[in-house]
Amino acid sequence: MSAPNKSYDPVEVEALKPEEIERMRDEALAAFAAADSLEALQEAKVAHTGGTSPLALANREIGALPPHAKADAGKRVGQARGAVNKGLAARQAELEAERDARVLVEEAVDVTLPYDRVPSGARHPLTTMMERVADVFVSMGYEIAEGPEVEAEWFNFDALNFGPDHPARQMQDTFFVEGPKGDHGESGVVLRTHTSPVQARAMLDREPPVYVVCPGRVFRTDELDATHTPVFHQIELLAVDEGLTMADLKGTLDHMVQSLFGPDMKTRLRPNYFPFTEPSAEMDMLCYVCKGESVGNPDRACRTCSSEGWIELGGCGMVNPRVLTACGVDPEKYSGFAFGFGIERMLMFRHNVEDMRDMVEGDVRFTRPFGMEI
Amino acid sequence: MRVPLSWLREYVDLPATETGRDVQAKLISAGLEVETVEPLGDGLKGPLVVGQVLTIEELEGFKKPIRFCTVDVGRANGTGEPQEIVCGARNFAVGDKVVVVLPGAVLPGGFAISARKTYGKTSHGMICSADELGMGDDGSKGIIVLPPEHEVGTDAIELLQLVDEVLDIAVTPDRGYALSLRGVARETATAYGLPLLDPALLDVPGPNEFGYPVEVSDPLGCDRFTARTVTGLDPEARSPIWLKRRLQKAGMRPISLAVDITNYVMLELGQPLHAYDRGRVQGTIGVRRAEQGEKLATLDGVVRTLDAEDLVITDDRGPIGLAGVMGGANTEIDDTEGTTTDVVIEAAHFDPITIARTARRHKLSSEASKRFERGVDPLAAAAAAQRTVDLLVLLAGGTAEAGVTEVIAPSAPRTITIPADHPDKVAGVAYGRETVVRRLQEIGCDVYGQDELIVTVPSWRPDLTDPNDLAEEVIRLEGYENLPSTLPKPPAGLGLTDRQRLHRRVGRALAGAGYVEALNYPFLGEHVFDQLSLATDDPKRRVVKLVNPLSDEEPALRTTLLPGLLAALRRNDGRGSHDLALFETGLVFHPREELSVAGRLPVDRRPTDDEITTLLDALPEQPRYAAVVLAGAREQAGWWGKGRPSDWADAVEAARLLAGEAGARLIVRGGRYGPWHPGRCAELAVVVDGTERVIGYAGELHPGVLKTLGLPARTCAMELDLDLLEEAGEGLPKAPHISTFPVATQDVALVVDKTVPHADVEAALHEGAGQLLESIRLFDVYESEQLGAGKKSLAYALRFRAADRTLTVDEASAARDAAVSLAAERTGAVLRGA
Repeated sequence: MSAPNKSYDPVEVEALKPEEIERMRDEALAAFAAADSLEALQEAKVAHTGGTSPLALANREIGALPPHAKADAGKRVGQARGAVNKGLAARQAELEAERDARVLVEEAVDVTLPYDRVPSGARHPLTTMMERVADVFVSMGYEIAEGPEVEAEWFNFDALNFGPDHPARQMQDTFFVEGPKGDHGESGVVLRTHTSPVQARAMLDREPPVYVVCPGRVFRTDELDATHTPVFHQIELLAVDEGLTMADLKGTLDHMVQSLFGPDMKTRLRPNYFPFTEPSAEMDMLCYVCKGESVGNPDRACRTCSSEGWIELGGCGMVNPRVLTACGVDPEKYSGFAFGFGIERMLMFRHNVEDMRDMVEGDVRFTRPFGMEI
Repeated sequence: MRVPLSWLREYVDLPATETGRDVQAKLISAGLEVETVEPLGDGLKGPLVVGQVLTIEELEGFKKPIRFCTVDVGRANGTGEPQEIVCGARNFAVGDKVVVVLPGAVLPGGFAISARKTYGKTSHGMICSADELGMGDDGSKGIIVLPPEHEVGTDAIELLQLVDEVLDIAVTPDRGYALSLRGVARETATAYGLPLLDPALLDVPGPNEFGYPVEVSDPLGCDRFTARTVTGLDPEARSPIWLKRRLQKAGMRPISLAVDITNYVMLELGQPLHAYDRGRVQGTIGVRRAEQGEKLATLDGVVRTLDAEDLVITDDRGPIGLAGVMGGANTEIDDTEGTTTDVVIEAAHFDPITIARTARRHKLSSEASKRFERGVDPLAAAAAAQRTVDLLVLLAGGTAEAGVTEVIAPSAPRTITIPADHPDKVAGVAYGRETVVRRLQEIGCDVYGQDELIVTVPSWRPDLTDPNDLAEEVIRLEGYENLPSTLPKPPAGLGLTDRQRLHRRVGRALAGAGYVEALNYPFLGEHVFDQLSLATDDPKRRVVKLVNPLSDEEPALRTTLLPGLLAALRRNDGRGSHDLALFETGLVFHPREELSVAGRLPVDRRPTDDEITTLLDALPEQPRYAAVVLAGAREQAGWWGKGRPSDWADAVEAARLLAGEAGARLIVRGGRYGPWHPGRCAELAVVVDGTERVIGYAGELHPGVLKTLGLPARTCAMELDLDLLEEAGEGLPKAPHISTFPVATQDVALVVDKTVPHADVEAALHEGAGQLLESIRLFDVYESEQLGAGKKSLAYALRFRAADRTLTVDEASAARDAAVSLAAERTGAVLRGA
């Protein structure tokens, strides 16, 4: 603050006294601080920065001063008004922040509320399980082959080395389609009893090498109960190439169970008999739950494999050269392997499905939890 | 096939420490599926001894007859005093030998025996039945009465061979030889590397002219017939305990000595045998095909009408047996009267297919037919006949006649030639020639040659016909478990086809829209077509029918997915889920216009393309359909506000969703069809190769149909032909040009007759608006008195934009006016407020 000026105009203006200006400034700042809401601050703002506020009135008085005093007084008033505006803005920001915080609190919701406005849909786990298995092989270079569900006996049986008297051709297993003459006449057409006819079709349609998987729906005359269904799903694999061996079959199976159940999985082959493969084998996979540790260990009994350590998957083998011949593949040059297994069974032990009927009845409570992929 | 371990040990000298479980593991690895190992007499503990009934006192005053007996058990009870026992059975008398269990013993199942008070007496033990000893049915229907020759005090656990293990083997159709102890013993011997004591190695006299006369007039059906005669059998002779016990353990019921012996030899050697009462056979035994309609009463008491393909055994009167399946009642050994003293033994070999067909035709599967179907060793017939004769002589006191009849159709042993490394190539393992030859010899083959092996297969392995059969034998004996694991390298694949990807996309899209997939059986009954109100000439009424449906109510294959899907909806509704949206995609089946039979093509070569075409033409059309059904709320009510019931528009939207996935332009228009509400049914169509095709329907179902089917009110449905939808796909989507110039929006409200479909108005606006139109959207529909009866107002938002400039208001207005005027011309639309 400057000292009184000797050349000061004798006409003193009360309002422009330095003490007065300081007082006005301090009163304004005090009023702002006292304002506890944006509305109160607005009133204080009008009172202390408006056109009729003391500082504004003081500002007008500057013109009445002699020229040499104007600068000095102007500077003082300007500084005071600057301080007031700054104080106002600060308080404004403070109060706005308080308001915003309050509003956010007031707008809070119960985020645990449900939003099942449109209940979710789902694909059937048998569908997605088939896709999951098929994709293991698609990623290896196999293609997906398909065939009809109503199939010629030749594809379903003859081409696969099921002779005319093979027990599987008999009425106890196979749904036969009525012939053109109605009644029970011969049609040569059945509901396919396995996905294997697609093997024959694939070989007839393509030149070797053939690497295909064939997922699909198949039919046998079983009554529906907890462990059987007359309509079920299989996936079949066929590889025909030069020099394929049983070791290749074993490796392919191992790869599949590792892909589906984890890296430390493996399969086991046991000799068996199927007309369309020779040699033939039954394939088991290590129990993915107990990894075989439940065997002979009553304290760690395993429900998934009944403490057998292995889970039966299905049948496999080297494609019988007679099948290759019937399907136009030269058995002297090519060999092949094939396997097939039931999707229902895999779904049952992979996802603890207890009753086959749950998979066929279409109850939404069963299907929904499986979502889009499996 | 049930194989008692004790019996198996007779032919293979297994180490005494080997348990049934051990043998099971070895045999499974060799390819015999041993399903279970059943422990017999598990936990059984003596004293269990032979006793003789001394006195019987009938106790009175109880609800059932009770006997108080004293039984001599020798020194087995420590005192030699008679044992006092209370017994409820009545099939024994004073002097009978019985099996007595004494206090301190434990019977199978952990049943501990102690002296106890009962019926006012103290019973010091029990007189046992077969059941209590875990022996199975012995036909005694009460306690066991032993033959008199057994000494009192003898240990009955040993006598009755109560402790054993039985392997139960599921024999695959190719391994008929394993339906015998001999066959299983051979596999066991190989698995353990031990010698086999072959029970078929017997001294057999050669055929001569004095045997029972036999005439085989069908040598293809019967290539071998051995007949032997035994006379002077003691009709009183009964099967000894060891014979009965072995039969019981193998799962057969002892019947009479002669029958038991033939069964025993069949189990031992795998050769089915038949014993005829010689006194009841008249003249020459013959083998021929039956005459159509000829009758035969079989041993099971059924009179069977024979088919000309059935092979029969005859005597001068006619058929006396269904060859290889079951004997006839007219020459049955008379056991109950005990009058049979002379028998003729038949050991024959029949054609497997003939036997299989006969067994099937007459629904008569016997132990004999089971074996003949799978293949019996023809060279074992003479040995089996000899074994039977020996046992009849030994056990029934008979005399073997010197006559031996053998009728044999000439045949040569079969040989297969394989490269010595063929098994190596099949397995992917270098076994080497020596191993291959050794393994083949172990299964009974004769092997000659160096690089090319000439392999003569044994007579009991008719299943070995091809090189790969021999490879399998080598590989299984070397152990499947020892195969290495290698991965082949398929050529690079193309991934899923467009069609396969579409099928997955369709599923995901519907599931994403809230639909739950159901996989329903494809069977239906034709009455559903009436329930669905299909016209009498509707093509969906033409169905593929099954000869042998599971249910006579549903003999046909579906031509529509709706019946299955609606049943699933009803099931869910009945279980308390009322807000439902279900979908299914799957095949439906339409018979061809021209029906034909799928012939039996050859299998010794690739069928020609024409031959394959005849097969494919005999199959029904099997297009893939997609369908949805909806009921209840589509949107739930909740804290957010009201819910919304599912309605016809949801069903139509499902079709649009699928069309979007298929990249197809879907035509939706009012339609009428079968089960749908006539005013709320959309016909769905696409253009395929320039031709418009109706692919399905969507909307609300007819209230009458819903009532008939017991479905919730306002149930909605959509069904379409997914294959046709796919065909209508327009291929890869093309990216639009994205203009960054501002949009000019113009709204129009048009008044039209209520019957004018929005689709027509929109199409006209679209066409009339020209190139500048970016999009058009209907945002309001309403009717009011102001508009007048039979009128409705449709309000559209039109968005205009140019690729290269900002549109002026005049340009946008001009385009709008052009749109409105075309709509006016085409549909009679009037701009509101104009």
